[in-house]
Amino acid sequence: MSERPPGPRAPASTAGAPPRSTSPASSAELEARAASPPALAAALASRGYIVDDALAMTAFLALRMQRPLFFEGAPGVGKTLLASVLAEVFETRLIRLSCYEGLDLAQAAYEWNYPRQLLALQAHQRQPDAAGGAAEAVDGADSELGELYRDAFLMRRPLLQAIDASAERAPVLLIDEIDRADEEFESFLLELLGEFQITIPELGTLRARHRPIVVLTSNRTRDVHDALKRRCLYHWIDYPGFATELEIVRRKVPALAEQLRRRVVAFVQRLRREDLSKLPGVAETVDWAEALAHVAGLAGAPAGGPGGALDPATVDATLGLLLKYHDDIERVRGAFAAELLAESA
Amino acid sequence: MTERAGAGSGLGLGLGLGHDVVGFARALRDAGLPIGVAETEAFAQAVGWIDPLVRREVYLAARATLVRRREDLVVFDELFAKFFGGPSRGQPAPLAPRHDPQRVLRTALVSYMAERAEASAREVDVPEHEKAASAHELLQRKDFADCTPAELDAIARAMRELRLDLTLRRSRRRIRSRRGDRLDLPRIVRDAARRGGAVLALARRRLKLRRRPLVVLADISGSMEFYARILLQFLHGVTQRHARTETFVFGTRLTRITGQLQIRRVDAALGHAAREFADFAGGTRIGECLHAFDRQHARRVLGRGAVVLIISDGWDTGDPARLTAAMRRLARRAHRIVWLNPLLGRAGYAPEVRGMAAALPHIDDFLPVHDLRSLHELAERLARIPRRKWAVDRSGARSRGRAIVPAPSGLAAAPAGEVGSASEASNRSEHRGEP
Repeated sequence: MSERPPGPRAPASTAGAPPRSTSPASSAELEARAASPPALAAALASRGYIVDDALAMTAFLALRMQRPLFFEGAPGVGKTLLASVLAEVFETRLIRLSCYEGLDLAQAAYEWNYPRQLLALQAHQRQPDAAGGAAEAVDGADSELGELYRDAFLMRRPLLQAIDASAERAPVLLIDEIDRADEEFESFLLELLGEFQITIPELGTLRARHRPIVVLTSNRTRDVHDALKRRCLYHWIDYPGFATELEIVRRKVPALAEQLRRRVVAFVQRLRREDLSKLPGVAETVDWAEALAHVAGLAGAPAGGPGGALDPATVDATLGLLLKYHDDIERVRGAFAAELLAESA
Repeated sequence: MTERAGAGSGLGLGLGLGHDVVGFARALRDAGLPIGVAETEAFAQAVGWIDPLVRREVYLAARATLVRRREDLVVFDELFAKFFGGPSRGQPAPLAPRHDPQRVLRTALVSYMAERAEASAREVDVPEHEKAASAHELLQRKDFADCTPAELDAIARAMRELRLDLTLRRSRRRIRSRRGDRLDLPRIVRDAARRGGAVLALARRRLKLRRRPLVVLADISGSMEFYARILLQFLHGVTQRHARTETFVFGTRLTRITGQLQIRRVDAALGHAAREFADFAGGTRIGECLHAFDRQHARRVLGRGAVVLIISDGWDTGDPARLTAAMRRLARRAHRIVWLNPLLGRAGYAPEVRGMAAALPHIDDFLPVHDLRSLHELAERLARIPRRKWAVDRSGARSRGRAIVPAPSGLAAAPAGEVGSASEASNRSEHRGEP
C-alpha cells in the first residue's frame, strides 16, 4: 500500500542508508537515523528489517514524541523483531520482558532480596542482645526498617532496569505479548508508560533520565485496556505484500535461488488468502525458505534454471513448517497444495 | 525539530490546520471512535513533526495517533477521505451499518424496538404486586412466545434480579491468604522488621480465583423472533453485572454487540445494538456464523477458560458439515459449551433438526430457555460447572460431565412422551452425575 514519492523532505534527510560501521556511531549519527520516516526506514532496512511508510511514520512519531509503541498483529509478522532491530539501530541495550498470566511487580519491576534482609535482621538482632535489652530492639525497629529497604537489597527486574538513571543512553524496552499478562499488570504499567517512572513505596519514585524506547506487542488473544493503549502509538502490523516479503526472504535466506524464492513467496501469499485456522506468518515463510534451501536438489539449482521448480511432493513434505494446525495441513496437503502451487506460479 | 511546524504556519496553514486537527478528531468521535482530548493533542503534536502539505504524511500521522483498534481503520479511512478531500485510498470501504441509512432493518429486535418506543408512552402496570404470588408463579412458567408485551415487561423486570455466578478458575496471580501454599516473603520480612527481627508468624499466599469469562452467541433470526426480544434483555442484564461477557448475535451474519450492551439503560443499549445488525431476512446459517466467530474472535475472547453460551433453536439452512466442524473447534477451545434451545421446553420436541443434530455431540449442556424458570435454572447450572474440563471416572475414562438431557422442569409441563428421548438415547453413555 505504499508507493510513496520521496516527498519534499527527501533532500534534507539522510535517505540513503548509512554505511554500516562496526565503530559506535556518534550521537549526531544516531540522531540522523531518526530524523525522518524515510531515514528511519532506511536505517531499519540496512539491518534487514523492511517497513512500509505507515510503520515508518508511526515509529518515527513515537521516537519524536517519546511515546511507547503498541504493535498488534498476527503471530510471526515481526513485532518482536522490530524492537531488537530498533535497539541495533540506536546502538543501545534491549531489555525484554515476556509477559504471562500472573506476572507481578516482583518479576517485572523490582523485588527485595528477602533472604539477605532476613539475615541482616538476624545480625542486627544479635547485637542488642549482647548489650542485654530486648526492649531496645523494639525501639530500634523504625531505623531498622529504613536500613532494610535500601539500594543494596533491591533486585532490579526489566522495568526498573529500563528507567535506570545511571544508564548513559536510553535502552529499548520490549514488553512482549502484553495480552498474556492480566489486567492487574496492565494497570501497573500505566505509571511507567505515562510518566516513565516507578514508585517504590519504601524508596520513593525513581524516574528515567533518558526515556526508554518502549515497544509493546500483542497477539490479540484478548483486548488490552484502553487506558494503556491511550498512552501509546498504535500500529497494526499486517502481512507484508509480495515485494516486501520477497525482499525479506532474499535477505534472510540468500542461499535460495531467486526463482525458487519467488515461488515460495508467491505460494505463501496465495495460502494467506485461504480460510485457515492459523495463517503462516513471515517467520514461517523464512523458515520454509530455509528448509527448502536444505532440501537436496533445490539448493544447488542455478538461479533461473529448471531446478528452480517447486514440486507438490516437496511442498507436502515440508508443509509442517508453514502450517501449525492439523486441520489446516489436512486441508492443504495433496491436491489442494498442487492446485495452489499451479495458481501461484 | 519544531521548525517544520513553524514552516507550516509560515505558509498560512497554522490556524487552518489547527481547525482541521480539532474538526477531524471531532468527526471521528461522532462516528464512534474513542477519541478524547489526549488523542487530539497527540495528533496536533504529531503534525508538528511532519510536512503538513503532504497528504500522505498527514494521513499516516493521524492514523498513528488517533486509531487504536484495527476495526476502526475502515471508518477512519472513510472519514479521512471525506474530511480532507481527495480520492479515498484503495477500494471504497464498505459502510458500517450505522452509517448506511438505506439499509432496511428487519430484525426481530428492530420491530421490538419500534413497539417499545410506542409503548413507552403508556406503560401498563402488570398486577404484579396485588395478586402477587399466583401471578408471579404463573409468569415463571409462561413460555416467552405466549406472553403479551405487558407480561414481557414484567418478566424483564423480574429478570433484573437474576444473577449469573459463573464458576471460578485459578488464575496465575497470588493473593494473601491464611492457608496459602506459598510463603509471602515480603510480608514476613516486613513483620519481622517491626518486631525487632523475630519471625513470629508465616504469612502465606495462594492462587487467586477468578470468574470465568462468558461468551454468548445468540441467534436472532426469524425463527427465534419471539425469544430474541426477551433474551437480549436478559443478555443486557448479564453484561451489566458480569464484566467479562462478550456477546455476539447471528442470523446470516455474525455481529459483535458487546459494546452496545455495556450501555447502562436497557432501551438505549438495545436500540444501539439494533442499529448494528445487518439484514437477517434470509435463513440462519449457524455453521457459517460459528466459523466466522472461530476465525475472527475466538482467539481473542476464548482464552482464560471461557464458558460459551449458544442460544438457538438449531434451524440451520447452511451446510451441517460446516456446523459440525465449527462446533468441534469451539469445543476444543472453550471450557464448556452450553446450548440453550427455547424449543426444548415445548411438548414433543426432539432435537432432530439437522443443525441441532450436527451440533449435539459437541455440546456439554443442552438446556431449555423458554420461560423465567428456565433462566433461573441456567443460573444455577452455570454456577455448578466443574472446575476441570475433563472429569475422570473410576474406570479411568474421561468425560465432560455432560447434561444433554433437558432439565426436569422443561419436561414438567409436557407429557413424558418422546421429549428429549432422541438425545437421551444417544447420550446415555456419556451422561452421568446429574443430581
